[in-house]
Amino acid sequence: MRFSFLNLAKQALSAHRHWPEQWRFPEPKAAYDAIIIGAGGHGLGTAYYLAKEHGLRNIAVLEKGWLGGGNTGRNTTIIRSNYLWEESQGLYEHSVKLWENLSSELNYNVMYSPRGVMMLAHTVHDIQVFKRHVHANRLQGIDNEWLTPEEAKEFCPILNISPNMRYPILGAALQRRGGTARHDAVAWGYARAASAMGVDIIQNCEVKGIRRDPSGAVTGVETTKGFIGTKKIGVVAAGHTSVVMGMADVRMPLESYPLQALVSEPIKPIMPCVVMSNTIHAYMSQSDKGELVIGAGTDAYTSYSQTGGLHITTHTLDAICELFPNVRRLRMLRNWGGIVDVTPDRSPILSKTPVKGLYVNCGWGTGGFKATPGSANVFAHTIAKDEPHPINAAFTIDRFKTGRLIDEAAAAAVAH
Amino acid sequence: MSLTLRAKRSGRVDRTKPLSFTFDGKTYRGFEGDTLASALLANGVHLMGRSFKYHRPRGVITAGSDEPNALVSVGSGARHTPNLRAPQVELYDGLVAKSQNAWPSLSFDVGAINNFLSPLFVAGFYYKTFMWPNVAWKKLYEPIIRRAAGLGTASSEPDPDHYSTRFAHCDVLVVGSGPAGLSAALSAARTGARVILCDEQAEFGGSLLSELHATVDGKPAAQWVEEAVAELKALAGTVTLLPRTQAFGYFAQNFLGLVERVTDHLATPDPKLPRDRLWQVRAKEVVIAAGAHERPMVFPDNDRPGIMLADAARTYANRYGVRPGGRAVVATAHDSAYQAALDLKAAGVSIELIADLRKEANGPLPMAARAAGIRVETGMAITGSTGRLRVNAALVSKLGTDGEEAIPCDLILMCGGWTPSVHLFSQSRGKLVFDDARQVFIPGESAQAERSAGACKGSETLAQAFEDGFAAGLDAAAKAGCAQGKATQVKLAGVLDAHGGFLGAVPHPHDAGRVKAFVDYQNDVTAKDIKLATREGMRSIEHVKRYTTTGMATDQGKLSNMNALAIAAEALGKPIPAVGLTTFRQPYTPISFGAMANHSRGDLFDPVRKTATHAWAEAQGAVFEDVGLWKRAWYFPHAGEDMHAAVLRECKTVRDSAGVFDASTLGKIEVVGPDAAEFMNILYTNPWSKLEVGRCRYGLMLNEAGFVMDDGVVGRIAEDRFHVTTTTGGAPRVLNHMEDYLQTEFPNLKVALTSTTEQYSVVAVQGPNARKIIAPLIDGIDISNEAMPHMSVRLGKICGVPTRLFRMSFTGELGFEVNVPADYGQAIWEAIWAEAQKYEACAYGTETMHVLRAEKGYIIVGQETDGTVTPNDLGLDWAIGKAKPDFVGKRSLTRPDLVKADRKQLVGLLTVEPQTVLEEGAQITLIGNPPAGTSALGHVTSSYQSAVLGRSFALAIVSAGRARMGETLYVPMPDGPIAVTVTDPVFYDKEGAKLHV
Amino acid sequence: MLLIPCPHCGNRPELEFRYAGEAHIARPADPSTTSDQEWAEYLYFRSNPKGLHIERWRHVSGCARFFNCVRDTVSDKILKTYPAGQPKPDLAELVKEAGQ
Repeated sequence: MRFSFLNLAKQALSAHRHWPEQWRFPEPKAAYDAIIIGAGGHGLGTAYYLAKEHGLRNIAVLEKGWLGGGNTGRNTTIIRSNYLWEESQGLYEHSVKLWENLSSELNYNVMYSPRGVMMLAHTVHDIQVFKRHVHANRLQGIDNEWLTPEEAKEFCPILNISPNMRYPILGAALQRRGGTARHDAVAWGYARAASAMGVDIIQNCEVKGIRRDPSGAVTGVETTKGFIGTKKIGVVAAGHTSVVMGMADVRMPLESYPLQALVSEPIKPIMPCVVMSNTIHAYMSQSDKGELVIGAGTDAYTSYSQTGGLHITTHTLDAICELFPNVRRLRMLRNWGGIVDVTPDRSPILSKTPVKGLYVNCGWGTGGFKATPGSANVFAHTIAKDEPHPINAAFTIDRFKTGRLIDEAAAAAVAH
Repeated sequence: MSLTLRAKRSGRVDRTKPLSFTFDGKTYRGFEGDTLASALLANGVHLMGRSFKYHRPRGVITAGSDEPNALVSVGSGARHTPNLRAPQVELYDGLVAKSQNAWPSLSFDVGAINNFLSPLFVAGFYYKTFMWPNVAWKKLYEPIIRRAAGLGTASSEPDPDHYSTRFAHCDVLVVGSGPAGLSAALSAARTGARVILCDEQAEFGGSLLSELHATVDGKPAAQWVEEAVAELKALAGTVTLLPRTQAFGYFAQNFLGLVERVTDHLATPDPKLPRDRLWQVRAKEVVIAAGAHERPMVFPDNDRPGIMLADAARTYANRYGVRPGGRAVVATAHDSAYQAALDLKAAGVSIELIADLRKEANGPLPMAARAAGIRVETGMAITGSTGRLRVNAALVSKLGTDGEEAIPCDLILMCGGWTPSVHLFSQSRGKLVFDDARQVFIPGESAQAERSAGACKGSETLAQAFEDGFAAGLDAAAKAGCAQGKATQVKLAGVLDAHGGFLGAVPHPHDAGRVKAFVDYQNDVTAKDIKLATREGMRSIEHVKRYTTTGMATDQGKLSNMNALAIAAEALGKPIPAVGLTTFRQPYTPISFGAMANHSRGDLFDPVRKTATHAWAEAQGAVFEDVGLWKRAWYFPHAGEDMHAAVLRECKTVRDSAGVFDASTLGKIEVVGPDAAEFMNILYTNPWSKLEVGRCRYGLMLNEAGFVMDDGVVGRIAEDRFHVTTTTGGAPRVLNHMEDYLQTEFPNLKVALTSTTEQYSVVAVQGPNARKIIAPLIDGIDISNEAMPHMSVRLGKICGVPTRLFRMSFTGELGFEVNVPADYGQAIWEAIWAEAQKYEACAYGTETMHVLRAEKGYIIVGQETDGTVTPNDLGLDWAIGKAKPDFVGKRSLTRPDLVKADRKQLVGLLTVEPQTVLEEGAQITLIGNPPAGTSALGHVTSSYQSAVLGRSFALAIVSAGRARMGETLYVPMPDGPIAVTVTDPVFYDKEGAKLHV
Repeated sequence: MLLIPCPHCGNRPELEFRYAGEAHIARPADPSTTSDQEWAEYLYFRSNPKGLHIERWRHVSGCARFFNCVRDTVSDKILKTYPAGQPKPDLAELVKEAGQ
């Protein structure tokens, strides 16, 4: 049944008794043309685009827990494409373009809200770095503009631009098309649309092994629901990528770190946009429900615990209170953690692997949500064609051998 | 002001101390010891809030921190605080409280129209609509939804209060001070253990404070509490008592976070006191005695003001001396509500009926209620209520019949049973187990050094709570290595045990699709929402929660989670544990951002590092910039000068005469030992073995990936001693990097590393007159060009103070850097400054330093480099010791991508129009008006107006740049392209003659 | 905040330490003889296990020494710390000890 206001009103007349299940609950078949491991946004999206754009309908998405239960359902939902390197810009801008039409495309309101993402500059070095971004983005046709502190405050009135701050705000880079979306809806929307096209989404089905033939090519997966045959496996397991790839004896340039986020109690709207400060490590937006959504960097050590240290949260909040001194009396409602897989150059891997039939989409670090549609779209291409889409051609594992890194983090190195 | 709603007994409220307060502008009276909720109830006010989605009128339903409905804002102006729970707000004289989420008023709220639209606003409705057209979500629908959502408002002013934090260690931390917690604290403290006892309430005692008839060892419960607390207080040396303190989080290795509310309950707090205090406690052992939450019953219209939890009403009557109503109907599935009925009856409330959902109720409490003449009906369900801003009747039905009886009343008490508070246990990563018989999740195997006691463990009786508590305290103290204590027992009387419980939605004769039986009050989630979610394929409890928002309100599901789970389980036809349980996350109850941020604000947000000349520079009117933690003088404007004018003047003065610059912030590392040179050979690209003592060299440091990481001048002080300088921001990173290789890869090398950044003040004197300026001050060093050539270092004295004098230059002029012990920094600076003035030299800041070095083509790490740049890219191959077999980063330099011909290389750029100053970060292209999507050839890294060149100039990294000398390229800007010519990056004194004078 | 037993100083809070990645990844004795692939593996490829992880920490605000640590990345429990340079412990043996 299509989602629409009309159908909602019609169903209201019969007390909403006739809404069907949004996705099927199939038992696994003996074999599929392709199997995606991991039913997060990227995995479900990959299945969706495989079915929609590449005609592969006999595919399954295997999920060890509940769909959308990993980082998709735990992140702070920031969307932007104002990256430094052209490779990144291509990938994230592809994604933003898909975001703009995603609700209609999936017939599921993912609440993409281009409310603007503003990145604060606190030092002369920050100004140099962000202006470089602004110019680089403009050349690629990506919106990103430089604001004075006063303009930044006009865009986000609760921002503290006092020159007496410990790290005064010297300006900001603003991407107006950046914003947020509703994270769960992205997973659910892709799941519903993929399922409707025949994709089997199998929850509570953990992959325990990857089977390969004597040539080394994959032949299927061992799961808690038995063996399932396939010649193509797409691993989209985020923090658990190293574990899954280990089943095919592939060692990865990855480390998994805890990433924490928190929300405040809901309040009436005070925050019209997303504000990020890399220099003092915090970012904040406000959800449609009214909660301030707050995050920062990862904890210091690798962990699969989905929790982190209190000192990370206190440091995040002291930064937030410096930027927005009027929120100090608000209260933290909930603090949680996810597991993010981080590559040495902080850019993702969307690539074929040394194993025939095995593809991997990982390494999104702290920024994977924004890339969901774009990543899924080009990864589906990579699996279907057995070669990368031009947009993800640079995001190989091989780059760590050749040295062709896509280092977004390095540009933030500290100056004299 | 009438006192008719006060019971005869005053409970723990002091009726001799009246207090005045306002709620929504109206003045009321309460007493010391009241909460805002108890005082409002005493004034007959039940309507305290509006719900989140439907704006339904709501009354207070609990007497504690789990309150979902009665959320209020307290205070005004900068101290306005939203979303406080009325049962937790302690009354003080002059308290100003306001209701939330209602307009224009709490009793007439326009938003209540949502209630009539509720057939549309079911769970997840927003996922199904508002999609067309694409832009309408952002522009039209979302703003409306946002305005409707949210609860209270944030103040627009900065919070004037301050907060603090303490780290603490203890043998035993006891969380909760009810019967279990107090006995645990007593038995642990008696062994001599260092104990911390915390409780979220203002008073210790927990449920014992609401006991009327219970005696402990022959004393009334309240007296026993008083004596127990007195005994603990007497042990002040080892016992820390923390009332109003919420243990909100249980982290790895028995690390717990507590927040103490220090001043919120005071009318005129001492301004020296922090508002909240964050306690970070490392406990050897923990006793969790967090109690249990009474569950509401899920029946149609179970949310009208006047409907509350039975034991909460009992607390209001017994502890606060309030009659929450005149005529009550009790709906229950648990014996404890009978005790509430008996106590309320004693307080003067008429109990019209006890409707017990269970087929039979023959425990001691039901029997006592019957004996007291209360009408008790078993097998009877509450199936609805009527009334608008206050309930006026309860609807009840015999199970299995369609008939419904309306019983007029102004109070409905409900009790669906008790849910153990397993939050902290679960946060500690202990495994919960489902007790099928009692339908509760209780603590299973521990993951950390903790144990639960009392109701949070699933213990149902008061006797068991005491027994648990005493045993837990002894066990914890023993495991913490304290003395063995003696077992304690107490004798209880006047308590009747209570059992029972019911999960899920109460059966009723109405159309389940049409009625609203609330599961999560605050978020307006009804039983039918949960069923809709399961129907739509939300089969995991996490999906149900996220789709319906049940359990996501500010009480985080303390009242609702178990009912939601049971309804979902029934709808899915699965046992409860198979549907799962959502994760318990910290904080247990919301805690202020201020408490978390505590002292870390303003100047204490991050340490401020200042050089010895900071005050001098300040007095000269210097403008500072932040570099890492340092404050560095950026430029020294004279009266009437802007930055541009000041920098041009400073640059010109340095080139014409001289300038004095504070270079103290540069990192300094002393590398000492017989293998110092060998170590330097590994860590830097340059060769060091042949560097003579007394000479310096520009050192280039790579990371192992082959990219430039740091640079700086290194002086050889002795055969076995190097004075290494680093970038300002890079100093700690460089030392860590050096230590890493020394300790783990080359531990055989005999080298010691010491950070000396703060030992030395460094005064750079640069310019043609530099030697003349320092000459009169120097002792024991021949600083002539012949005796002390460029790039050399000498030990001697300046103004009688020992110095390491470097002859080096980051400006392209004759230059010296005077290193003196930091204590003498300001004095030496002033002595040099006095000499400098004779030559009309200037003090200059970092901006001038940047311009002058750029004129010479000297790079700045972090400006010309960005972590992806190799020595060759920068034209620094000369700094690589070709003969060295190895150094950090060497292997990486031969990787395929690092030797490609089109790599970006450092070049100079001159704009065709000489007065145009390029913007740093601007992109460089082959053609002037590139279409969107054109790849840049590179970017401008440094760009300035040059005094000495009389024009602008820039440094850039450009693809294959060294092969493009003389080529015209473009810098496309929003208002048109700027044509530039590619040049050598050295613009001034190419042959370096001025360095060697 | 972890409590980390520095092998030289004893239990100290995590704030005093700096994490330094997986342990026992030795720099090749002669990097010039490694292939690009081998060199990349040394630089970038990590085992990243879910379970016991042998990792390096530096007690930067204490004795300043690097040491090794066996930690369970699921529970964050630390099973053992030992000075840099000592051989890899027998993990199976450690698990057995921890179980007792």
